[in-house]
Amino acid sequence: MEYHRHLDDELNELRDRVLLLGGEAERALERAMNALAERDTTIARDVLEHDDQIDQLEVDVDRQCVDIIALRQPAARDLRFVMSVAKMAPILERVADHACNIARTVIDLNLEPEPKPNSELQRMGEHAVRLLRGALDAFTSNDAMAAREVIKQDADINALYNTVFRNLIELMASHPQTATRDARLLFIAKHIERIGDYATDICELTVFMAEAAIIKHLH
Amino acid sequence: MSERRGETIIPNNAAPKVTVRNLNFYYGRAQALHDISLDVPERFVMAFIGPSGCGKSTFLRTLNRMNDVIPATHVEGEVLIDGRDVYAAGTDVVDLRRRVGMVFQKSNPFPKSIFDNVAYGLRINRVTNSKSELESRVEQALKDAALWNEVSDRLKSSALGLSGGQQQRLCIARALAIKPEVILMDEPASALDPIATSKIEELIFALKKDYTIIIVTHNMQQAARVSDLTAFFLLGKLIEVNTTEKMFTAPDDKVTEDYITGRFG
Repeated sequence: MEYHRHLDDELNELRDRVLLLGGEAERALERAMNALAERDTTIARDVLEHDDQIDQLEVDVDRQCVDIIALRQPAARDLRFVMSVAKMAPILERVADHACNIARTVIDLNLEPEPKPNSELQRMGEHAVRLLRGALDAFTSNDAMAAREVIKQDADINALYNTVFRNLIELMASHPQTATRDARLLFIAKHIERIGDYATDICELTVFMAEAAIIKHLH
Repeated sequence: MSERRGETIIPNNAAPKVTVRNLNFYYGRAQALHDISLDVPERFVMAFIGPSGCGKSTFLRTLNRMNDVIPATHVEGEVLIDGRDVYAAGTDVVDLRRRVGMVFQKSNPFPKSIFDNVAYGLRINRVTNSKSELESRVEQALKDAALWNEVSDRLKSSALGLSGGQQQRLCIARALAIKPEVILMDEPASALDPIATSKIEELIFALKKDYTIIIVTHNMQQAARVSDLTAFFLLGKLIEVNTTEKMFTAPDDKVTEDYITGRFG
């Protein structure tokens, strides 16, 4: 039974690796939002410097998925797991890229006069972190029900985004002298909104993994 | 759009070529098959998978009464080919085996020429007295078995001089020559190298347009590659029959999934 034990070992290792990638992406987002709140360029630069490691993790996960498919020919739940992980890795890498884009914008923002605190934007960021964490938890526990709950919560981020968008557009119209700065905040809001979509994508993969049900484009 | 869960692709209008109902099979007092019921639609490929001793080969052999030659065996239930019970009294077993051909694990060419091997069934069944028709049928069978190009210039040579893969395709040609309706294959590629295996698999794919094919295989990737439907057997019972796509991505039965993923036992 060595063969089977070995496959389980490889699948467990793959799970650990993609969760590490997920943890790093979550941490990048959290730190980028901290950098925004604290106007801390050092933290923002840390986020950017750390991105190469996240990219490498994605490549490692991708390579391991290809190896398992080629050498082990997984089927049924194993196949669904490996396929889900293979699709999840680039999603997580893109989450980290969005975190980097937020960090870059923070560095630019810190060269400009401090804006008024934007509580909705901060709430969006906190909500995105929670969603991403919830998506990764649901994946870890192979819990389709939890994944479906997380998907529902993406609507809250979208609603917050609409509020932030409206407020910033009004501000730009009334205070054109700070329009560049407010446009940057708008970009940050858009990055966070996309991260909410990515959390949804991860949850869809978890539902596929757990139930073999494809729920893409159904909500 | 609704949730998709590996929907069944068997067309509703596909008439079953082979219908099995409540089949039990006994070696003496030992029951080897338990209450098997399934349908094989016409011009479909169905693979039987399962661990050694699960009854898949025994079941295959009930379909053309090959088990009849084993003493002290008996069958209960029905095996219908085109609605006619092959175990009904008065069934012509020779005719049955002409209609339901068989290819075995180990190729078994006769110690005769390539031509005579393929012509054998035609001759004993007295299909034709015409030499030209005999030649034409042999040529067509060898072409259908994707062997013609390799042997057309040495039809009078001994079949035993062919490679293992060629011998197996010769046996398929021998089965095809008498125009069966169903072809049973019992691990037809298990003794072949990957290239010869690939040729057999391509052949199965090509034959599907004209024949209903049932294949027993231990190679699950082979089952996944060649079949439209897969049936999983365990301890003489049919555990699950499903589309091959669903069987290998999301089987309905936990026991099937354990077997497919190699966590059996």
